[in-house]
Amino acid sequence: MSSSKMYSIWFFVGVMLTILGLIIVSMGVYYIFSPETHTRLASLNPSLWWGAIMLTAGLLFLIPSWIEHRKG
Amino acid sequence: MSVIQLSWVDWSIIALYFVFIIGIGFYLKRFTGTGEDYFLAGRKNSSWVAGLAFLSANLGALEILGWTGGTMKYGMFVSHWYWIGAIPAMLFLGLYMMPFYYSSKIHSVPGYLKLRFDERSRLLNAFSFAIMTLLMSGINLYLMALVLRTILGWDWHLSMWISALAVGCYIMLGGLMSAIFTEIVQFFLIWFGLFLVAILGVVEMGGINQVLTGLPDAMSKLWSTTGSAANNAMGVTWAYIVFGLGWVLSFGYWTTDFLVVQRAFSSKDLRSARMTPIIASFFKMALPFIIVIAGLVAYKLTQMAGADFKLLAHPVTGEPWNDTALPLLIARYYPQGLVGLGITALLAGFMAGQAGNVSAFNTVWTYDIYRVLINKNASDAHLVWMGRITTLVGILLSVATAYLAMQFNTIMDYIQAIFSWVNAPLFATMLLGMFWKRTSPTGAFWGLILGMVTSFTIFLGFKMDFLSTGMVNLITFSNAPVSEISDMSRNLSQAAWAWSVCAIATVLISLFTKPKPEAELVGLVKGFTTIEHEGKIAWYSKPEYIAVIAVVVFVILNIYFW
Repeated sequence: MSSSKMYSIWFFVGVMLTILGLIIVSMGVYYIFSPETHTRLASLNPSLWWGAIMLTAGLLFLIPSWIEHRKG
Repeated sequence: MSVIQLSWVDWSIIALYFVFIIGIGFYLKRFTGTGEDYFLAGRKNSSWVAGLAFLSANLGALEILGWTGGTMKYGMFVSHWYWIGAIPAMLFLGLYMMPFYYSSKIHSVPGYLKLRFDERSRLLNAFSFAIMTLLMSGINLYLMALVLRTILGWDWHLSMWISALAVGCYIMLGGLMSAIFTEIVQFFLIWFGLFLVAILGVVEMGGINQVLTGLPDAMSKLWSTTGSAANNAMGVTWAYIVFGLGWVLSFGYWTTDFLVVQRAFSSKDLRSARMTPIIASFFKMALPFIIVIAGLVAYKLTQMAGADFKLLAHPVTGEPWNDTALPLLIARYYPQGLVGLGITALLAGFMAGQAGNVSAFNTVWTYDIYRVLINKNASDAHLVWMGRITTLVGILLSVATAYLAMQFNTIMDYIQAIFSWVNAPLFATMLLGMFWKRTSPTGAFWGLILGMVTSFTIFLGFKMDFLSTGMVNLITFSNAPVSEISDMSRNLSQAAWAWSVCAIATVLISLFTKPKPEAELVGLVKGFTTIEHEGKIAWYSKPEYIAVIAVVVFVILNIYFW
């Protein structure tokens, strides 16, 4: 068994939400310049604001758990 | 032709998820050296980690798809499964039953039966639970492949094998810890991946009031239509909801099913273990805000002229398939990228459900069957090795069951009914075992057998139509013609009878047989278990206070939607 300290689950949640949030928000930015028309409510550009919410939530999990891990 | 077309961005998100969860498995392998690490995640989880995993183990994608579709048929009534069908049992588990489970330092629910009663009850429950878990896992796998093929056009075999092997891989590597980590990731993916469907649905409808108003009474009320079975779409009365669902089925599942209870066993201390289901109860109460709202939006869309919303046909029956409502809403509202997120959320739900089944199966097999019957002196390292092998075997057996279900569709009815054969009577045994010191090992064993036989016989009676009208009316407490008694009503009465027969038989047999000596009941039965004083802790860390808040929220929700 490893003697190193394990990253907490919140770190992994943070990594996942941050990466996915970045992808989704990037798609939202892309849709500003090249509007998507196939879906209902496309004018609201849900990718942009929902991706931003995910990204924010991801960073809120990621940063504190990373700092805590560094402190040991 | 599939309903949802995936772009490269969507595929990238799905691929990323697979890489991520298998990566978690590899990362956690180095931290799972002992049996305690592998089967109980080291018993070091906080109440939040254990609580979210506790909820997620129950939050399969099939449940989400099924109840979203169910809402189109039953309306707000579906909320009963999330509120009265869960919350009282979860709080009872946390407040009253967890001290006996956790204090005895057992690895599994059958392990408790061994300590409280004897080896017979343990083995009976271990075998029935192991079989039930594997079969359920196989059925879930089959249904997952069916959904993925219908909405995405994916190949049966490929989607079953890839998801099964991914789950097998990360559970073999990290055991329960892997399962818990991925369940929590899944929890967030489901909320972020699917809640937006409900939000956008409400926006398209013009607000939440537009979603809730204009529904038939049978769909828009929780309790006021339960005076008569004819007044609601589910065809049940309040008595079924309270006693069948709220008491027998709900308590049978939430307080004794090792699949969920195992997550609480992984907590770092008793207080965290008690808080586990209490924290989970708040998120359980919130789930209708995804599921029921999305289902009501789908219902409204099907009623609106020009909405361009039509359910897909079931590939087996050809009938409109309510389970496709949520994927159709995803296709309606989500552009590229978000579609990948929504599908990943569903995949995560499928796989986490399977991981829950497999991790519970490997623990019960290793500790309650293999170590008891095959290798009594197995070392800790050997048990971990056996757990990993069992995971692989469990996955293969699940896939075999899935293929069986694909070939013989009707066996699904039997497999899905197993729950009330196993868990409904077990709840009676547990309740008596924990709260009545006179319950004897012989009473518990035979009570359990009789309860299971009762449930199975009633099930077969309905299935094969050999019950007279009088018998059916007696069993379902109804005067309605047999053809008008709903499946839901039959299921609930089957569970209620199984529980009652088990409870009565256990009490009667216990009165005439030898109970366990009181010295052997310490830590297992009320009156013989001392809960250590935790010193001064803040009110918000006390399970009792948080449970009161949960009860208040529960009551408000029920009154508001009365």
